[in-house]
Amino acid sequence: MLTKVYNWIDERLDITPMWRDVADHEVPEHVNPAHHFSAFVYCFGGLTFFITAIQILSGMFLSLYYVPDIINAYASVDYLQHKVAFGVIVRGMHHWGASLVIVMMFLHTLRVFFTGSYKSPREMNWVVGMLIFFVMLGLGFTGYLLPWDNKAYFATKVGIQIAGYTPVIGEYIVNLMQGGQIVGASTLTRFFAIHVFFLPGALLALLGAHFFMIRKQGISGPL
Amino acid sequence: MMSIDNKEIRESGEAPVKRKSMSRRQFLTYTLGGTGGFLAGIPLISHLRFAIDPMLQPKADSAWVKVVEESQISEEPKSFSFKVHQIDAWYESDPQLEAWISRSADGKIFALSPVCKHLGCTINWNNNPEFVNEYFCHCHGAHYTKDGKNLAVAPNPLDEFSVKLENGFVYLGKIVPNTKY
Repeated sequence: MLTKVYNWIDERLDITPMWRDVADHEVPEHVNPAHHFSAFVYCFGGLTFFITAIQILSGMFLSLYYVPDIINAYASVDYLQHKVAFGVIVRGMHHWGASLVIVMMFLHTLRVFFTGSYKSPREMNWVVGMLIFFVMLGLGFTGYLLPWDNKAYFATKVGIQIAGYTPVIGEYIVNLMQGGQIVGASTLTRFFAIHVFFLPGALLALLGAHFFMIRKQGISGPL
Repeated sequence: MMSIDNKEIRESGEAPVKRKSMSRRQFLTYTLGGTGGFLAGIPLISHLRFAIDPMLQPKADSAWVKVVEESQISEEPKSFSFKVHQIDAWYESDPQLEAWISRSADGKIFALSPVCKHLGCTINWNNNPEFVNEYFCHCHGAHYTKDGKNLAVAPNPLDEFSVKLENGFVYLGKIVPNTKY
């Protein structure tokens, strides 16, 4: 049945070469854990992407119930976690995944560093990877405020105050991040917009560049 | 190994050997597909169940609300407003509802919902000189008799609030389809 549907589409649009191009590629022996078990360190990039996909999925579903508003935010999070079926699981995946994605990304960075994979001709991919790293930190920072509980509020206050120590422009940065004089209503909507629109958009673009470059240049050689 | 075997068979022009055992590729397809399906299925099912939760919630039961003394109700419909407690996900409130309460010819008290059965605007009693002693909806001109019978535009008669009389007071409950038509 599925084969028939696939063939019907393939006859008309010739889609096989498209996904072949993406999916069919050599996995060198030195990155295949079946040959050398220690090659599992090459899995961390893929795992980071896997968890990122889970974050996007669970985030989409959380947004079915969440409202970025100082009166209702906490109540809506409380409701979606405790009243909606599987709310604990969906929010739990987003909560733990957020930490795990940082861990996986860090391990991936260590692997790239210690295998020297950042060296020529792959310097640009290292830079893009660093940008992804900062976008991920931004996602973690903005997402942390959204439940609008005490922990969220004071973590954001601290974070913004750290940014405020920037010489000369510190005060402007604080006002820009808060969207006003205090951590309040406009901070929450601002962080929400950055968390669900701006940074994910940037992240997807950067991931696209990251993957395009690794496919174009291939995985770096063995040590 | 297997691919070499197959190549030899193809080149020699002989029919491929039939194997009873599962091929390695098939085994891998099943195990990887099964594991992948399991790993993807658990979050997918919990997410979908999470999303469709409102659909599976039981309908909220409306409590009886004391609205007005029985003695105030005449044959001429009058509008009365009353408050109901409403739990809307995380938001609890007491929105005000309206009912047109009157006595039918046999003296029985009944209460009509002011929501037009055409597209949900709010009807009014005797508010259009063209339709005297009728309920009229200003949106698309639907009008109804005093009993809520639909005369034009609307496909159904006006809904009723269920009525309970206790100690000389009128109590209104949940909305039901018109009981007269």
